Amino acid sequence: MSQTADKQPVLAADGTPLKQALDAALFRNRMRAFMLVLPLLLFLFVTFIIPIGIFLSFGIHDPVFSKFMPKTSAVLSDWDTTSEPTEDMYAALVADMVVARKDKTIGRAATRVNRELSGTRSLFTSSARKAAKLEAPFKESLVAVKKQWADPEVWKAMKVASRSWTLGYYANALDYKQVADGSFEPQPENRQIHVPLLVKTLWISLQVTLYCLILGYPIAYLMSNLPARTSNLLMILVLLPFWTSILVRTTAWIAMLQSQGVLNDLFVLFGVTDDDNRYSMIYNKLGTLIAMTHILLPFMVLPLYSVMRGIPPSYVRAAKSMGATNWTAFSRIYAPQTIPGIGAGAILVFIVAIGYYITPALVGGQDGQMISNVIAFHMKSSLNWSLAAALGGVLLVVVMTLYWIYDRVVGIDNMKLG
Amino acid sequence: MTSSDANDAFVAFEHVQKSYDGETLVVKDLNLSIGRGEFLTMLGPSGSGKTTCLMMLAGFETATHGEIKLGGRPINNIPPHKRGIGMVFQNYALFPHMSVHENLAFPLEVRGMSKSEIETKVKRALDMVQMGAFGGRRPAQLSGGQQQRVAVARALVFDPELVLMDEPLGALDKQLREQMQYEIKHIHETLGVTVVYVTHDQSEALTMSDRIAVFEDGRIQQLADPATLYERPDNSFVAQFIGENNKLEGVVRGIDNGIATVAFDDGATCEALAVNCAGVNEKTLLSIRPERVKIEDQAGDKTISAKVLELIYLGDHIRCRMDVHGHNEFIVKVPNNTNQKALQKGQLTHVSWIPEDCRALDLSDSV
Repeated sequence: MSQTADKQPVLAADGTPLKQALDAALFRNRMRAFMLVLPLLLFLFVTFIIPIGIFLSFGIHDPVFSKFMPKTSAVLSDWDTTSEPTEDMYAALVADMVVARKDKTIGRAATRVNRELSGTRSLFTSSARKAAKLEAPFKESLVAVKKQWADPEVWKAMKVASRSWTLGYYANALDYKQVADGSFEPQPENRQIHVPLLVKTLWISLQVTLYCLILGYPIAYLMSNLPARTSNLLMILVLLPFWTSILVRTTAWIAMLQSQGVLNDLFVLFGVTDDDNRYSMIYNKLGTLIAMTHILLPFMVLPLYSVMRGIPPSYVRAAKSMGATNWTAFSRIYAPQTIPGIGAGAILVFIVAIGYYITPALVGGQDGQMISNVIAFHMKSSLNWSLAAALGGVLLVVVMTLYWIYDRVVGIDNMKLG
Repeated sequence: MTSSDANDAFVAFEHVQKSYDGETLVVKDLNLSIGRGEFLTMLGPSGSGKTTCLMMLAGFETATHGEIKLGGRPINNIPPHKRGIGMVFQNYALFPHMSVHENLAFPLEVRGMSKSEIETKVKRALDMVQMGAFGGRRPAQLSGGQQQRVAVARALVFDPELVLMDEPLGALDKQLREQMQYEIKHIHETLGVTVVYVTHDQSEALTMSDRIAVFEDGRIQQLADPATLYERPDNSFVAQFIGENNKLEGVVRGIDNGIATVAFDDGATCEALAVNCAGVNEKTLLSIRPERVKIEDQAGDKTISAKVLELIYLGDHIRCRMDVHGHNEFIVKVPNNTNQKALQKGQLTHVSWIPEDCRALDLSDSV
């Protein structure tokens, strides 16, 4: 019966399929709902999705060299990277250099090549100054200006730089290097910095998450089990730092932890250490861990609290009435029911921690720096935005992957934010 | 079955007091003994101290003063998990992250029983409540009635001698509640386990209990079997709380051989059983059940005049609201049979009762 009924669409009173009639009836409501969220959607699109999309595209698209050195780029694309550079290639290079010098764009092209082979920036800028006076054959005349032009490595670097769509920056972000023929090889060991930094970032975030859980769980438990008056007071104490600027809180930790700071003064006063051996608790990884744990603690406490408040005391009472000791009642009945809160708190803290910038920048010193600080360095100092975008892209992928694994293991549906 | 003798009491409260804030007593000097195998209900409005008593017995609250004994042994300092008391909670408290089977196995596991023993006991307990097929389900996948059965089974699975139930049927609809009342009653009779049951629903208490302790204001107002409680309430609170009740205010004119003559404001008198009235020329409250009042055609020497104010047809009986000497909430249940003459609204008639059915009680503040 139901088999045949399934095949034939149910009809509304006027003969149109019921589904269609229902859609028409709901259309107005849907439109109204959509119009209400439209401003937010537009705002997000303009201020969030487009900029991020553009910026992430920097990581795989860098047209600087091919834009400013078009002729050279054209001949380089035909070059097999193993044969001697030909007279045509030199002629194209000189012609591009003349134009680029006049347009004052030679510096940017040179910077691009310099990223592939350091020391080539001055080679370009100084040669470009003389390029207008050079005469054919350009191979000889250019080599006469700077004999490095005969070096095939310089041409290979230019070949890499001439690819405007490139995975080179992502390779760099993962401590690999794209060579002239398009393949990848590992960076020399002393230049492998990004992957260890990423691992360190993940490790610091994991530690911060763990410390937040250890510190936050009892507070959340206390808050959810105390009478309303006391628990509200505790809640304010938890939220108070939350409302204070991160900058203020981080600076406060500097005052607390520095070698002439409050804590060290107390240690000396009580003879824990002597004046010459003050502990260095800040401007290193320890400082980053302490300050970040403090700042991210509310992100752990609040989801835990909201989950724990929903667990009636009768569960633990029931367990005890059945003969469970305090510990058994906690570990087998109470704790499993707080897992949604632990999951939500942990993933919040972890994801916020992994992209943390300002605290490591202020109190991290040398070994307390995280990947965001390197991204910021490439954004602000080295102006290598493509590498910054690639590093950001790698970070994004890592976070998404961890989120996916979390979903598979714990289940996002199990998460409860409040 | 009702062994109220304090010497062989299975559970005994001795001068128990409880205060939460150190200023007011929630439980005031409670003395109660419960016999082995008895079904005792603590009945009372919310805030009367009945749940507090249950929690003290279970060990989740400590008595401020006095002693609670279980099987003759003081248990004040024994933690809840060592008391071996089964408990059914108001909202069942089934562990949501465990299946029905795991829920039932939990009390056996913490007692370190062997796997095969656990299997047998869990199966037996589930079969007892007709839930044998639901072992693999999570509590959230069960209906309210099914959860209730599992909760009962879980409280009984480790063979406790005493089971406490804290308004276990409160969340169920009327029909299911009545069905569960009988089931719990039957389980109690089959197993012979002692049950202390807390409820604010008087019909539930009347249906199930061997004895009922009526709580009000931190005290037991009356402790008796259901029939006594309904037919011979000791004071006006119990009379009001259990069943429907007519109250008539008056002044005692004289007491003769246990029968008081009570005068109303307009001078008319009637006779009532002197149960709890202060004395001659003191005010009293007469209590009489609506079904014990008879409508009389003729005025006699023991009839009282009344005026019909409202008639409500209820099928098996007619509910008649009357004005009896200034009390216009006087209800009479008139049986719907052929012998009964039809009453008219506004009609003047007479009512009568046997003096033993009308009880002269205290005029307490709560009335």
